[in-house]
Amino acid sequence: MQLDPNEVEELAKALYVRALKLLPPDIKRGFERLTRDETDSTARTILGTMVENIAVAERTNNLLCQDTGIPIYNVTIGRNVDFDGVALQAAIRRGCERATREHPLRSSVVHPITRKNEQTSCGVRIPIINVDFDEREETVAVEMIPKGSGSENGSFLQMLIPADGAAAIKRFVIDRVIECGGRVCPPTIVGVGIGGTSDLCMHLAKIAATRPLGTTCPDAEGARIEVELSEAVNELGIGPQGLGGRATSFRVHVEVAATHITMNPVAVNIQCHSARRAVGLITPGGVSFV
Amino acid sequence: MAHHVLEMPVDEAQARALKVGDTVTLERTLFGIRDATLIAMFDRGRTTRFDLKGHAVVHTAPNVRKVDPRPGNACPYEPLCIGTTTSMRMERFTRPLMQRDGVRIIIGKGGMGQGTLDAFRDLGGAYLAVVGGAAALETTWIETIEDVDMDDLHPESLWKFRIKGFGPLLVTMDSHGGSLHSDVTAAAMARRDAILAKLGAVGPARA
Repeated sequence: MQLDPNEVEELAKALYVRALKLLPPDIKRGFERLTRDETDSTARTILGTMVENIAVAERTNNLLCQDTGIPIYNVTIGRNVDFDGVALQAAIRRGCERATREHPLRSSVVHPITRKNEQTSCGVRIPIINVDFDEREETVAVEMIPKGSGSENGSFLQMLIPADGAAAIKRFVIDRVIECGGRVCPPTIVGVGIGGTSDLCMHLAKIAATRPLGTTCPDAEGARIEVELSEAVNELGIGPQGLGGRATSFRVHVEVAATHITMNPVAVNIQCHSARRAVGLITPGGVSFV
Repeated sequence: MAHHVLEMPVDEAQARALKVGDTVTLERTLFGIRDATLIAMFDRGRTTRFDLKGHAVVHTAPNVRKVDPRPGNACPYEPLCIGTTTSMRMERFTRPLMQRDGVRIIIGKGGMGQGTLDAFRDLGGAYLAVVGGAAALETTWIETIEDVDMDDLHPESLWKFRIKGFGPLLVTMDSHGGSLHSDVTAAAMARRDAILAKLGAVGPARA
């Protein structure tokens, strides 16, 4: 399959708008579960408002949240795909710009020092474009994540040492969830990275925070910590919007990587309840949305 | 636990009547403000032509569409999606915003800190919590954008919205020292050690 940059551009544009308007089914199911288990009356009202908002967005064809986020595109290229990498990156950037101008969307992206907003949702190294590869024949998957800033500001890295052990990793996560309180728009998905280098550890936390609900850490030890921490954070009583209740998080997700003998890094990256993402596939048959 | 319908603007007594746990619906006028607007106003000495006295501000930067000025509304924007951002980043601006510009009510998400609580006590104000992320719903409470100032900061301009039935919103910080946000944090801190013990992870907090 020869990858057509025009097709990529149109998909990049469509996915940004689609992600902002339609919440993925796993998150909707997550709301059902949290509502079932919630006993606090304020928390139940808040969860009800969030669910109502999902319906209003669909009915009025509007964005779920005003925060158009930092645009992230995760591109996964399968077997036997011919592509021009430079053209692929340029196409995604054009699609992101066009979504912003043509919808129109609020451009939430500024230069980090001058704070100048180009009104295109693009800037130096933004959108973030991650490229990976997998086994699927003649398939290119594009995942778009508009990462909201309220929860992105709930990001932390600690280079713990081996003597601190796994206990310090768990304590770090609990303390950061308390510290964030309602600022990260709970109920959240708490993404935890364990191991790697500092940058990989942070990236693992982002992968964990944006992974669909119902998926499990592929590493058995990581999966065990996911279960433990998922129960623990919902005993803190922080609740939806930090106003009390059980539903602090949908789930704690963990991703791990091997690390150095001297290192024990842990990272936290949080996803808000508007856990938006959209996925499109390009195959020889054309474009489809997952 | 009273419900208040407030025709904006309000006076000090009306602001002081709001207590944590009450609910509020706002009518008529609401201003949108956030990081860049407040930095411009209080770190760079800019002033607004809007009269904010007695008004409510919501921490927001909206999605808007550029339109031609139409009969009865000279503002060149119509609202698309308007929601609320995390308030805590704007903490140090609460007191000057109340003192210099006369703002009485702050609407946001996630709550604010001790400086804001002190300003509410000294000057008469309250914080109302919107459900963050529920912007599609919040947009249905906004009739139109009446005016915009400091639009060189777009989208972090100072926005003047005409609202209808904006709420119900929960009072989570008041002028009597009440803060639901600090209550919830204190309760979580009180549970922390028992939760960590179950995880086999007791130890001191570190930054």
